Amino acid sequence: MDYFAQQLINGLVLGSIYGLIAIGYTMVYGIVGMINFAHGDVFMIGGFIALITFLILVSLGLTAIPVILLVVLLVSMAITALYGWTIERIAYRPLRHSFRLAPMLSAIGMSFVLTNYSQVAQGARVKPIPPFITGGYTLHESTDGFVIQLSNIQIMVVVTTIVLLAIFTWLVSRTRLGRDMRACEQDQTMAALLGVNVDRTISMTFVIGAALAAVAGLMYLLYYGLVDFFMGFVAGIKAFTAAVLGGIGSLPGAMLGGLAIGLIETFWSAYFSVEYKDVAAFSILIVVLIFMPTGLLGRPEVEKV
Amino acid sequence: MIAPSTNTAKPATGIPALFKTAFINALVALVLFALMVGIRTEAGSDGQLTYWTRFGELASLVGIVFGGSIVIELLRQWIGPAGTEKLVPPVVQSGLSFVGRYLAPALLIFTLLVPVIFYNQRYILDLAILVLTYVMLGWGLNVVVGLAGLLDLGYVAFYAVGAYSYGLLATNFGWSFWICLPLAGILAAFWGVLLGFPVLRLRGDYLAIVTLAFGEIIRLVIINWQSLTGGPNGVSGIPRPTFFGIPLDNSDDGLAAKLGIEYSSTHRIIFLFYLILALALLTNWVTIRLRRLPIGRAWEALREDEVACRALGINTTTTKLTAFATGAMFGGFAGAFFATRQGFISPESFTFQESALVLAIVVLGGMGSQLGVALAALAMIGGFELFRGLEGYRMLVFGMAMVLIMIWRPRGLIGHRAPTVYLTKAQAISSDLVKEGHG
Repeated sequence: MDYFAQQLINGLVLGSIYGLIAIGYTMVYGIVGMINFAHGDVFMIGGFIALITFLILVSLGLTAIPVILLVVLLVSMAITALYGWTIERIAYRPLRHSFRLAPMLSAIGMSFVLTNYSQVAQGARVKPIPPFITGGYTLHESTDGFVIQLSNIQIMVVVTTIVLLAIFTWLVSRTRLGRDMRACEQDQTMAALLGVNVDRTISMTFVIGAALAAVAGLMYLLYYGLVDFFMGFVAGIKAFTAAVLGGIGSLPGAMLGGLAIGLIETFWSAYFSVEYKDVAAFSILIVVLIFMPTGLLGRPEVEKV
Repeated sequence: MIAPSTNTAKPATGIPALFKTAFINALVALVLFALMVGIRTEAGSDGQLTYWTRFGELASLVGIVFGGSIVIELLRQWIGPAGTEKLVPPVVQSGLSFVGRYLAPALLIFTLLVPVIFYNQRYILDLAILVLTYVMLGWGLNVVVGLAGLLDLGYVAFYAVGAYSYGLLATNFGWSFWICLPLAGILAAFWGVLLGFPVLRLRGDYLAIVTLAFGEIIRLVIINWQSLTGGPNGVSGIPRPTFFGIPLDNSDDGLAAKLGIEYSSTHRIIFLFYLILALALLTNWVTIRLRRLPIGRAWEALREDEVACRALGINTTTTKLTAFATGAMFGGFAGAFFATRQGFISPESFTFQESALVLAIVVLGGMGSQLGVALAALAMIGGFELFRGLEGYRMLVFGMAMVLIMIWRPRGLIGHRAPTVYLTKAQAISSDLVKEGHG
């Protein structure tokens, strides 16, 4: 039972990170209708920028951890958001009205560019950082000596995710930008006729998605203590799986899918085998989609005749 | 990375506007590259990260973006809005379509003669075999994506199934290539059907993720099922193909000895070349024949409109399954060939990158166009080979090329195709009128 509770905590933390990335996939899909294959690599870039900012701040002699964290968060969000914006401008905007495989291939190409760009720029080796946030709480200690640990980083990851989700939900449901986004999701031409700047709204979607991916990158860096140039691919596929599992285009679905994938992966590694954890996650995706062809919270597709 | 196209909305006019755009682009580039390029991190021997600055590289990159923006903007103003009419005059266009009619037979004759022309040029022959392998993979995937309109992101799984089928059967039971080849095809087709079942109800992007997941599952199982597949170490010592039972080696039973000619290692390469050429042409021939049969027409009907397809009484289940099975079978053949050519296979050869490469070949070729796929394979693999010296930069350049090609020709190289059915005269159909890959 204690083991189960511990795994539940670990799974929820991992799921939060996947969920944050999955939101980026789902938002872009909802508005532009394309799979942004490069999104996982944007997450990886976010992790790298957080790492480099950390290094600079520490070598400047800064010691106050909350200040460092805040600066790193803001810097990595800002620069990664600019990456998202640039990628949309270069690779996706010229293909906005093209047939639907073209932007997808362009996105795959972009993903190769980003992976290899960071490999060339930062080298292929794993980049570790020393643990910044240490300590935690012992929730429960059983008689046979097994302890349920809740580390401060885990608390931070979950709290950050909840805060960001709250801000994000407010953004989509209450602000002008959110209204524009929902309008573009319904019908881009009609939205444009009614005075919505479609180009800007789509750019902002990419910017927000990339900023959330940067937060996920920072959380990953703090939680696992390392980044490498290839981590975007696996995390990206998992998050994409999460988005599809939750029903692509649905924001609560993305978070739910993220948590589901995180929990499946953690429990499978804990009880069965670590080697087959990805196989389990993908197999469950296939099984869910067989019975719910549009994901857990997806709307059924209307077939136009 | 280039950041030149930041002003697609309003074309800048005049020199000040030009410099303003270039300045903004350079500024964006500065922020993008400042940390990633300007500062290089490396883990030291004690696990401590060190870093050093590279402001020279950063400055030159920003300078390149600044200069590049000006050049691209000037070119854009000079040429005007992009369009084939302006770039290619009508005379040249009609000339090109004339050439196009004879390009396929000419290319085929040239391919047949490649071993004669480049005899003893091992490098060119190896490259030609590689290109032909991708031509075959492209033609195989074309059945699924180009004809049936089912977006498959995990095609490499069938390639892997074919390669491992042959590799394991040949090393464990000592079966010959000619028995294993059809078996590899059948096994891959079986996996195609197995993948087909869960995706029958899925459309579009759900289909894409399931095929991608399937490809990853196959690869992960190959890596982790150590006792069967050898895990990351792969399968080695896969026997070379024989000329219908006669080995192509230096022994007394070898083909060279039997024919009474002097042995040369080139014989085997040339044999492999003609083998993959025959397999590729088989794929092409079967595809062309199938397109004219009811099943091929059902595929194309499915691609255009699934609902109308069902209304006409076409069984979409069998249509989708046969498309997956046929495509997978050709992938399996190609995999078996790959295994016998390399003599060694490992999971590293069957990554998502390969799937993306084959899909890129199909889309770049102009989906559904057999000639286009062959030309795209030649361009992509040949182009890829040009950058062999720059190991780290190769995939970077490849990714950029993929993006640029898509922007330049989103419909692929061959934008027209021959219709399957026509009343009196065959007229080329613009690919804009064809729905592709909507699953």
